[in-house]
Amino acid sequence: MKQPKPEHIKWIKAAVFALCLVPFSRLVWRAFAGTLGVNPIETITHSTGWWTLAFLLITLSVTPLRRLLEAPWLLRLRRMLGLFAFFYVCVHFTIWLVFDHFFDWRAVAADIAKRPYITVGFTAFALLIPLAATSTNAMVRRLGAAQWQRLHRFVYLIGILGVLHFLWLVKKDIREPMVFAAILAVLLGVRVLYRLRQKRTAPVAAPRSQTA
Amino acid sequence: MLIRKPADILPSEITSRAVYARRREFIKSAAALGLAAGLSPVAIQPAAAAAKLAPLAKSAFSTDEKMTPFEAVTTYNNFYEFGTGKEDPSRRAGSLRTRPWTVKIDGEVKKPRTFDIEELLKLAPLEERIYRMRCVEGWSMVIPWIGYPLSELIKRVEPTGNARFVEFTTLLDPVQMPGQKVGVLDWPYIEGLRMDEAMHSLTILTVGLYGEVLPNQNGAPVRVVVPWKYGFKSAKSIVRIRFTAEMPKTAWMVAVPSEYGFYSNVNPKVDHPRWSQAKERRIGDLLKRETLMFNGYGDQVAGLYAGMDLRKYF
Repeated sequence: MKQPKPEHIKWIKAAVFALCLVPFSRLVWRAFAGTLGVNPIETITHSTGWWTLAFLLITLSVTPLRRLLEAPWLLRLRRMLGLFAFFYVCVHFTIWLVFDHFFDWRAVAADIAKRPYITVGFTAFALLIPLAATSTNAMVRRLGAAQWQRLHRFVYLIGILGVLHFLWLVKKDIREPMVFAAILAVLLGVRVLYRLRQKRTAPVAAPRSQTA
Repeated sequence: MLIRKPADILPSEITSRAVYARRREFIKSAAALGLAAGLSPVAIQPAAAAAKLAPLAKSAFSTDEKMTPFEAVTTYNNFYEFGTGKEDPSRRAGSLRTRPWTVKIDGEVKKPRTFDIEELLKLAPLEERIYRMRCVEGWSMVIPWIGYPLSELIKRVEPTGNARFVEFTTLLDPVQMPGQKVGVLDWPYIEGLRMDEAMHSLTILTVGLYGEVLPNQNGAPVRVVVPWKYGFKSAKSIVRIRFTAEMPKTAWMVAVPSEYGFYSNVNPKVDHPRWSQAKERRIGDLLKRETLMFNGYGDQVAGLYAGMDLRKYF
């Protein structure tokens, strides 16, 4: 794929930013229009959770896509996509905190401790916080590439925990969480494949490349 | 005494309120399909004949809590026979044919027989029962059901001494109920009650809600409502009632025995293995409220379970 000009990349990023806001904007619109359905809190909670997972998977697909399409510039979108996953999970968590528990911290703690799907969900959310906090250029410089890389590899665990969260909260029909699981498996699988191929073609210490 | 005049229009021919409310949509799509020539759309039966059911006796068992709006009661449903989404049943239940309809009563009874739905509608005086309904998922509603005590039907068929349980079977027809093509539950849907639960004055054979016959998505044309248990115990679109000596193998028990028991009494102290049952979201409220033991019907039903370990017999 041809590398777009820097000015074009700016426009592409703006467009992607606007697109990423669409699910949230739709929820806000529906909230004011009163068309969030019979159980509005459930609708918002489910939608923001779904989009958190979707953005996590989209973020995880940047690296395979940029290799496949030979489009290194796609990396420039990854931080925004990852931060939107964080944005949606913040809304998701806040809705749960306010409307399921109304700031009853003891009940919140009890849920996190006793309900496996909330344990993994909360853990995934908590793990995303340092990733969001170290997403800036300044932070990358401060940590150094190697350390930053190591920290941000937690996104694999976060993806797994997120899928488990969905799988374990569904009553019986696991089809939708299984689709997310399948996509995640592919996105993690290609990285395993790539790593194996790297080891085979360069048995002596391979050059450290910016991959994740 | 009110003498009902014979109507020349069958209840099943009256356009349902739900369809009537979207009549412009139907007319537009009928025209678009070139059906303006007067052929009736074959696939969809006038969904759930919304005949008015009257007269209705008021009941002392009714709650005076605020009722959940008709719109919510009829568009937010768990009826996996039509799909697992909450809005699937209201969208897809038009394919359910509620006439003709019969309910076969058999098993441990002296007078086994099959009832036509029209007979069941007239078996006993219809009452309005405004009940709380608590779903195992953690939401609840207040619904003005129309029916009469199930005991009225039971005493007519004279259960024998061996009848310890009552088993309800829902229609099995994947053509009318396309959700049955998906094996999310074993079909047909089976539910059951202990004899004393079935004979309890709170348990009603239900034929309507909000003054009209049941919409398809709410379990037309006849269902049972057991308000002190989680909503899945209130079997819908019943075609068979069987009296047995053995405990029925109910659908959710079979599907996930560690999570759904036979009794499934509403109990804030016994959590679902995966989520808490201490609170519920009353549809229409933003914040959750405390769940009540036996869904607030403890005064009427606690005696049925005296001495029972409700954690063991969940």
